[in-house]
Amino acid sequence: MGIDIDTARRVARLARIAVEEESLPGLAEEFNRVLAFIDELEEVDVEGVEPMTSVTPMRLPRRGDEVTDGGAPDKVTSNAPDAREGFFTVPKVVE
Amino acid sequence: MGELTGMTIAEARDRLRAGEVTAVELTEACLSAIDAADALGAFVHKTPEIALERAKAADVRIAAGDAPAMCGIPVGIKDLFCTEGVPSQAASRILDGFVPGYESTVSARLRDAGAVMLGKLNMDEFAMGSSNESSVYGEAVNPWRRGNDDARLTPGGSSGGSASAVAADLCLAATGTDTGGSIRQPAAFTGTTGLKPTYGRCSRWGIIAFASSLDQAGPITKSVRDAAIMLGAMAGHDPRDSTSADVPVPDFEAALKGDVRGKVIGVPKEYRMDGMPAEIEELWTRGGSMLKDAGAEIRDISLPHTKYALPAYYVIAPAEASSNLARYDGVRYGHRAKLAEGDGIVEMYRKTRAEGFGHEVQRRVMIGTYVLSEGFYDAYYNRARKVRALIKKDFEDAFADGVDAILTPATPSAAFGLGELTDADPVRMYLNDVFTVTVNLAGLPGISVPAGLDRMGLPLGLQLIGKPWAEAELLNTARALEDAIGFASKPDRWW
Repeated sequence: MGIDIDTARRVARLARIAVEEESLPGLAEEFNRVLAFIDELEEVDVEGVEPMTSVTPMRLPRRGDEVTDGGAPDKVTSNAPDAREGFFTVPKVVE
Repeated sequence: MGELTGMTIAEARDRLRAGEVTAVELTEACLSAIDAADALGAFVHKTPEIALERAKAADVRIAAGDAPAMCGIPVGIKDLFCTEGVPSQAASRILDGFVPGYESTVSARLRDAGAVMLGKLNMDEFAMGSSNESSVYGEAVNPWRRGNDDARLTPGGSSGGSASAVAADLCLAATGTDTGGSIRQPAAFTGTTGLKPTYGRCSRWGIIAFASSLDQAGPITKSVRDAAIMLGAMAGHDPRDSTSADVPVPDFEAALKGDVRGKVIGVPKEYRMDGMPAEIEELWTRGGSMLKDAGAEIRDISLPHTKYALPAYYVIAPAEASSNLARYDGVRYGHRAKLAEGDGIVEMYRKTRAEGFGHEVQRRVMIGTYVLSEGFYDAYYNRARKVRALIKKDFEDAFADGVDAILTPATPSAAFGLGELTDADPVRMYLNDVFTVTVNLAGLPGISVPAGLDRMGLPLGLQLIGKPWAEAELLNTARALEDAIGFASKPDRWW
């Protein structure tokens, strides 16, 4: 399964990473090298094998649905590139 | 200075308790060594004020007489660990300026045990790399050189700064993290000891995530005994990490009897690779002979799915990374791109991530996005998870047949030159982890022990792989191997 320039453009868009048009052919080529390597997995007989979900056989622990932390908006927003009055700010989303 | 900073944790602990040296003296010696070693690029955020404050507190605890083993021991912390009030940016531009308001569980445990944090250590960006070349801080450099050749070599990666700092005696030990070999490969490249514990042994809370089903923290130290001491301080159940195991933490140091009589050591034939240097093959054989001389039984075994481990890893790890790294959106922390007139929120994400992520991170996030995308999820991601189940079963079968531990080379080569693999096919760099990545996929503990020098004078390591939760037994076997090898070489100081 080869990756062409259109697929590379689509993947970059899905990943929310801006890639210049002139960089797409090189990117597609790199993808293809890695995918050629990954394609070795096709040789393995995986008939009847369950995909692994957890490397150690353990049940996900549960806890009461209670607030355990919070009430610190200033601390939470202290690293934001743009925060005002306890909120994160973003460009206009709704027209 | 060198005499103090060159000590092991065990020696320093004993001398601190005997009152022969103070934690402040030890810390000052390390801080001086660090300041004289900028050429190594190991420490990227120095924290001398925190270090001296903690050293003073440690001296008070030691004087009171009930200090734990790590009390007063100066350590370095990999930049992947969030440390309260100290920059923690996973060697990435996208976390430029990020200062956590909290402390990772592992570094908090070390702090509470009295360990002295000297600063943050260099690494590959988001722990994605095997050479420490993808760091926003620039490369970390290996203190070892090829004889008199002054070519700069990689300390390995991703925990390159940790390995370089420990090998150069800038600190007594350091934390690392290991997703595909990122503790064991740098340890092998620098003549240090690197332990990746069983998945779930150390809490991942507060460690910047790369691939959550594979990531595990562990120590890089100067001896197996030190690895046992430091793991004891790092490990333990943490309710804030749902994959942290609620199992008892044994006294790992007390388990170091060095007696391996009757143990069965498996030697997997699939790890004998074409093109592997003869010296590595010889060291591997010699390691087996040494364990045999110590009373162990050496048994040839087969782990048939070994060759599919790296391809499976390069589906699973990027898939998890693409999900984990989605949080870097320019909104909550770190870098945000300058926007043009009329740019909306999607442009903000795309420009921020293009500017903030380096090339290798971008490539892996996009590969991960691709293998998880509609139409490819089954062909790639689900197939890789099935192969992962088979790789784990290979190990389970070997252990069920009576194997106690598995002996392999740690890496397929000695340290290579910085820049030697950067322009090459990315797959060539990935091959560095060929012997280590199986262990992460199977969630097992693995340790790299220095095994000797090659003819260029560079260290090589051997890896021992243990059963899940059997770190104590694994460390004991590693201690026997270390004892038989008697590795005592140090790099000549040029920095």
